[in-house]
Amino acid sequence: MITQLLIILGAALILVGFWGVLTRKHIVKIIISFSILDTGIHLIMVGIGYIKDGSAPIIDQEMPVSRLAGNVVDPIPSALVLTAIVIGVAVTALMLSYAVQLYTFYKTVSIEQIKELKW
Amino acid sequence: MIKRIIIIITLIGLSFVLLPLFLNMEDAERLSELSQTYVTEGAEELGTANLVTAVVVSYRGLDTLGEVAVLFAATAGVTLLLGTKKKGGSVTDLLEERRGGSELLNTGAALLFPVLLLFGAYIFVHGHLTPGGGFQGGVVIASAFVLLLFIESDREFSHSVLHSLEALSGAAYVLIGLIGLWFAAGFLDPRFLPSGEIGRLLSAGAIPLIYSLIGIKVGSELIGVVDSLRRRS
Repeated sequence: MITQLLIILGAALILVGFWGVLTRKHIVKIIISFSILDTGIHLIMVGIGYIKDGSAPIIDQEMPVSRLAGNVVDPIPSALVLTAIVIGVAVTALMLSYAVQLYTFYKTVSIEQIKELKW
Repeated sequence: MIKRIIIIITLIGLSFVLLPLFLNMEDAERLSELSQTYVTEGAEELGTANLVTAVVVSYRGLDTLGEVAVLFAATAGVTLLLGTKKKGGSVTDLLEERRGGSELLNTGAALLFPVLLLFGAYIFVHGHLTPGGGFQGGVVIASAFVLLLFIESDREFSHSVLHSLEALSGAAYVLIGLIGLWFAAGFLDPRFLPSGEIGRLLSAGAIPLIYSLIGIKVGSELIGVVDSLRRRS
């Protein structure tokens, strides 16, 4: 149930992001769309790791070691998403610096006016 | 027009790709075998209270080292692209003079800066106990410096300090990995230090040490990225 909810929300974000990448002309808006797409993928990955009635995989008084099995969500997708978020930040920073370079060279942020990018 | 139709068809195709994922996915009843092992034995083997940290720093430690390397490569790329001093002219050439920050922003940022630094350090030092860790703590610390740039956009950060912090913490991370290779079971094995009692600050072997180094590295790298982006604006 919750897995399906997360997957449908993530899929919606992926579609919104993809639509933005395909239709927007402003280069910063394209980068924002990439971030939205990223977030959707993270949401799906976290959703896949969900266990029914699972809690966070952290040991404390409420969740002693003996209760761990079967009561916590999968830690591996969480760790993977942690990695993916950081890589997403790095890629966004790189894209933004390309955007700055493009702007200083062409004095425009519209990809329609940057003819060299046409295919 | 034809472009729009192609885009709509692409999006419908993509949603059909995602549809089976939605239809075939029920809430899992139990963990996969590998995760089961990590969850049940992770606490005993490594002494971490936060099992995600156990996976990130120890079981998949090599992945994290690779991730730090990717972050370093991206930072190097940003610096390479933007690092040269105003060669192609500044972005703000066409804009008018920038206003200074308002009183509210200046006071708020000055008030929050030390608190954010402390909070960031708290997050990465407690990465093995509570949700959080090196990456999150590093980002919080970088956000404190972004706040400083909001007040005074001409502020210069010492690049030699940033670069040496980054280089030293990265080298120390690899060194700890190699120490694990010699004194414990393998590369990046944190068990060469005593694992202690679960839930204590000084527990889980070298995991707090590794996560603190990651925190410092991520923090200084992100400050460098923001600084490079700012210097060209």
